[in-house]
Amino acid sequence: MSFLLEPLTYEFMQRGLLASVMVGVLCAVMGTYVVLRGMAFLGDAMAHAILPGVAIAYILKGDLLIGAGVAAVAVALTIGLFSKDGAVKEDTAIGILFAAALSLGVALISAMQTYAVDLSHILFGNVLGVSIGDLWLIGGLSFAILLTVAILYKPFLVISFDPVLAATLRLPAELLRNLMLVLLALTVVVSLQTVGVSLAAAMLVTPAATAYLLTRRLLPMMFVSALIGALSSVIGLYLSYYFNVVSGSAIVLTATLFFLFAFIWKRFKK
Amino acid sequence: MSHTPHRLELQNINIGYGDKIVLRELSFQVPHGSRVAVVGPNGAGKSTLFKALVGLLPLQQGNIFIHGEALGLHQDCVAYVPQREEVDWRFPVTVEDVVMMGRFAQMGWLKRATSRDRDAVQKSLMQMGIADLAEQSIGQLSGGQQQRAFLARAIAQEPHILLMDEPFTGVDVTTQEATLRLLDHLQEKKVTAIVSTHDLNLASSRFDLALLLNHRLIAFGAPREVFTKENLAQAFGNSLLVMENGMMLVDECCPPDEQFTIND
Repeated sequence: MSFLLEPLTYEFMQRGLLASVMVGVLCAVMGTYVVLRGMAFLGDAMAHAILPGVAIAYILKGDLLIGAGVAAVAVALTIGLFSKDGAVKEDTAIGILFAAALSLGVALISAMQTYAVDLSHILFGNVLGVSIGDLWLIGGLSFAILLTVAILYKPFLVISFDPVLAATLRLPAELLRNLMLVLLALTVVVSLQTVGVSLAAAMLVTPAATAYLLTRRLLPMMFVSALIGALSSVIGLYLSYYFNVVSGSAIVLTATLFFLFAFIWKRFKK
Repeated sequence: MSHTPHRLELQNINIGYGDKIVLRELSFQVPHGSRVAVVGPNGAGKSTLFKALVGLLPLQQGNIFIHGEALGLHQDCVAYVPQREEVDWRFPVTVEDVVMMGRFAQMGWLKRATSRDRDAVQKSLMQMGIADLAEQSIGQLSGGQQQRAFLARAIAQEPHILLMDEPFTGVDVTTQEATLRLLDHLQEKKVTAIVSTHDLNLASSRFDLALLLNHRLIAFGAPREVFTKENLAQAFGNSLLVMENGMMLVDECCPPDEQFTIND
């Protein structure tokens, strides 16, 4: 019992755990759409594309999360603009913006004087450095995103499964698609603190892919995915505490183990 | 002047993708509750016409009126049964989920399904003979069962106009029969059905009207008047074979088993 309780005697661990679980659940739920709509590449790209926003916020001594949020939403909407009416394919638009934003971010950061520590925090997360203010921001954004997903469950289901039905039922598909991109961008921003830019995509994809193997309907898939996301966050954080490894890696590796178990289970069931 | 407006009226429309116009200067009127077979060679613009009718492709010219009002004003009176290739069969939904989607517009996008919605879903499933498959994943069904699931969804929408893209291609006899029975049933309920098909035999025996297309309207009317040698030659060109006994063959599909015949 003390094995479980000891880390929680530290306040930074309590905050870290709370933040990880919220991010784990949020990423896992948004991740179901990422997996089902084939947006894994987009999630990864978006995570990297927020780097210049973070760098600019750092230079201006503003809040890094706000900088990231502005960059992510800008990138999401630009992808929507470039790929609108098939001007270029969506993955091409993503590739262009991904590379450009990442280059800009690295250029900005390399021009700074002292960047080494902060860059690693941005890339891999710094879950133990979560402040009370961060917690409120993560909690508030998570709640808003999940509430939107719950309210728009049916429209999102239809535009994902059957765009033609969406058109016959006169859904504003373009608007909903952009809204989904913005929600995804905000999710990536929220996960910046716990798993960092380089691993955010894994938290979007892995729990949802695991849940896809275990369920047959969208709503159960979301719940199972959320459960796996939360469990991975908790187990990962404890592993990180006891084995002194970077928390983001520990969380992602735990989620990957869940996926492997589900994959093997599914194989043997057949 | 008070006459009943036609269910569906197309006035001089051009449809296409970007600069490329696929269908040119198309005008026709479909009265209440008729069954229309849309016939033409591959790439003649049949699917393009359907996409314009559901509002997926903007018109480059002309107007479409439903009940005398412009397209888009009638939120959910057009239902569309897509071709099999257009659906993501790995999506985690059951047959019942798919059919329930047909009710979403009526129940309101932000509201829960009522018992009326559930009844409509159940009735549609029974009508298409797939009530026992309700809990199955859509991906586990056979091709014909999948098509019946989408037909059930279209019925659950309670449409005034039902569009079906190639429902007779590559499905089993049970599904073909279920589809044809549905067409008859729809006519009793005064629902207009517009169906694209390669099967001239079916088109002339089971439909009230035939629409012959090849990038423009070649003929529209009763099947017997539309499927003349001259019209078919215009539509199908070299792929139309006329036998000595007057039988006509359309040979334009790649697989040899998809040749279609009609007795003149």
